[in-house]
Amino acid sequence: MDRDGSGMATIGSKAGTMQMSGAEIVIRALKEQGVKHIFGYPGGAVLPIYDALFADDEIIHVLCRHEQGAAHAAEGYARSTGRPGVVLVTSGPGATNAVTGLADAMMDSIPLVMISGQVATHLIGNDAFQECDTVGITRPCTKHNCLVKDPNELARAIHEAFQIATTGRPGPVVVDIPKDVQFKQGAYVSPDAVRHRTYRPKTDPDLSAIVKAVEMMAAAKKPVFYTGGGIINAGLEASRLLRELVKLTGFPITSTLMGLGAYPASDPQWLGMLGMHGTVEANNAMHDCDLMICLGARFDDRVTGRVDAFSPNSVKIHLDIDASQINKNVRVDLPIVADAAKALKEMLHFWKTQKRKADAPALAEWWKAIESWRAVKSLAYRPSKSVIKPQYAIDRLYELTKTKEVYITTEVGQHQMWAAQRFPFEHPNRWMTSGGLGTMGYGLPAALGVQMAHKDALVIDIAGEASVQMTMQEMSTAAQYDLPIKIFILNNQYMGMVRQWQQLLHGGRYSHSYSEALPDFVRLAEAYGCVGLRAETPDELDAKILEMISVNKPVLFDCRVDPKENVYPMIPSGAAHNEMILAELSDTEVSDEGKMLL
Amino acid sequence: MQQKTPQTQRHTIAILVDNEAGVLARVVGLFSGRGYNIESLTVAEVDHIARTSRITVVTSGTPEVIEQIEAQIGRLVPVHRVVNWTVSKPGIEREMALVKVAGTGDKRVEALRLSEAFRARVIDTTHTSFVFEITGAPSKVDAFIDLMRPLGLVDVSRTGVAAISRGPEAM
Repeated sequence: MDRDGSGMATIGSKAGTMQMSGAEIVIRALKEQGVKHIFGYPGGAVLPIYDALFADDEIIHVLCRHEQGAAHAAEGYARSTGRPGVVLVTSGPGATNAVTGLADAMMDSIPLVMISGQVATHLIGNDAFQECDTVGITRPCTKHNCLVKDPNELARAIHEAFQIATTGRPGPVVVDIPKDVQFKQGAYVSPDAVRHRTYRPKTDPDLSAIVKAVEMMAAAKKPVFYTGGGIINAGLEASRLLRELVKLTGFPITSTLMGLGAYPASDPQWLGMLGMHGTVEANNAMHDCDLMICLGARFDDRVTGRVDAFSPNSVKIHLDIDASQINKNVRVDLPIVADAAKALKEMLHFWKTQKRKADAPALAEWWKAIESWRAVKSLAYRPSKSVIKPQYAIDRLYELTKTKEVYITTEVGQHQMWAAQRFPFEHPNRWMTSGGLGTMGYGLPAALGVQMAHKDALVIDIAGEASVQMTMQEMSTAAQYDLPIKIFILNNQYMGMVRQWQQLLHGGRYSHSYSEALPDFVRLAEAYGCVGLRAETPDELDAKILEMISVNKPVLFDCRVDPKENVYPMIPSGAAHNEMILAELSDTEVSDEGKMLL
Repeated sequence: MQQKTPQTQRHTIAILVDNEAGVLARVVGLFSGRGYNIESLTVAEVDHIARTSRITVVTSGTPEVIEQIEAQIGRLVPVHRVVNWTVSKPGIEREMALVKVAGTGDKRVEALRLSEAFRARVIDTTHTSFVFEITGAPSKVDAFIDLMRPLGLVDVSRTGVAAISRGPEAM
């Protein structure tokens, strides 16, 4: 941002009440923003801030083992609490290591504020030790970022970072602070003295659009709610209002990977997740519907399948807080740019006051069709008495933990899809996964962040043995802070999703998807001072899971599962929603065009 | 880069931004990162007290792409306003070019005669060259440059498009 301060002094700095060092300004601003926890890693260019942190006894700093781990931990913290996650890293490699976490937060709209140290102002551009162009590198993977060269502008920059990260469509914001600015004296201003010059997110819905939407909903014969992470981001109230609206209308509802938990999975109107590995009932409902009510989702390619064959006969309503998502992948008929909770509140208001009723006979027919799809039982799998099927492991994990306050994180791959398909979520903010970026290694550090915010909850990372090794070092963090996270590894010895694609799309040529040398996870856990458990047969699984739950320590659980199991159903690349392949019919040819897609 | 297809249209987009470090990089990075075209780009501070700059981008794309470009620019934090002159209201576009033509004899005479027809000004001259200053719509500048090519065109510098709306209203 580089404001020089001249002629742009803030109200607070004019008052000039409080002078302090840049580092002290950082800590003070974080406290005034309500920050309780920071995830970070020290280094040369942030030492003054770490010094100020040393003198402070309110903010708890969690020392991660890698900056990527710190960023994902902050993401898990943010996703499970609805509050921004805060990351503190040094210049150069500290900042570049955190880039994956920033990009992840950008794709999944997670509010993060990252403070990075930078080399002293006079060294910038000199290829100084541990210098990199942090603002340049993070520009495309943050919602906003800035370099602060004047300590008098520092407090404002941090307050603005929180405002930008947490309002509108949330996202990561980086504030890069040169070391000399951390040392220099500057004026502190409080958050209420700061008003951003340009940033004004639109959150109030256009009421005429809401009225139109309600009218369309009442007229629909085959409606479906398609909801996403936007509902979660809009807060608990949005989930509550969604439930009320869905109940009131009697419409079926499905959700993206990011939106799981906004609507209770136990409810009969819930169709399960949609998309590439969604249920047949969800995807067929999307394909055949005459009215699609998209709330806080973005028509991602994992959701739509082939775009030109996507829900061909429906009228589409799209509610999103980010105007750039409207008509991006799919043309919609009625856009509503607003906060989901505000829009849902108005929808409910007009549905009730205008005494709208759903078309009951048509809806009954529609449900009949949906029930016939549901009867396919597309998540069914062939059980085994000798090997642990990964689906069975997830089912048992749920059964044995369902009475507890459970938070689930995942890595990326097959295990993630099985968890999303099978682990039922009743509440929002209980499901933390890397959706947009698909970051292997997200789940373990994310679990740390979740556990830090929810000390007494049961936090489980449903992991794969390949993903978890990408950020395995964070077990050390779990041990240091007594965070009893449970890393439940579905160990199939393959990068399972890569293997599945190679089987289906590349003639069974398993190029570099098999891990020939895996660590002994039980002994690895012990080396970290944690607990290692292993289950190799279905018979012993329950007892081991119960042991995992009862241990008040971090656990690495090596669950040896069938290495050849695939995730079904599946919409192959380049196919439409109604062209799903089921478990029995896995020899479907994929078009050359389809192979080009991911 | 966006393929030129039959539905591809040329649009002039004006962006009012806070004049802060990196703001141009945000706008330009957005175009390159999302694969949009930039045909010309003009940027300068337009209000020294409010410290706002105006960026004028000429781009091309299908109507869907143009809609995305406007929306994506709109969500950059330092952006005050985005206006698409081509769609929202009739705008006026002007571009200036400095055109250097070298030659003697008939070609030199013809270059000077054409420059008068185009109301270009001679701003530098030697016995063997002229530098013309020409202002107009980009198509007029294009036409003038094309005419100068066989007459000894040696160098061109163009400012890119500046655009403003007709009538009393501001952007």
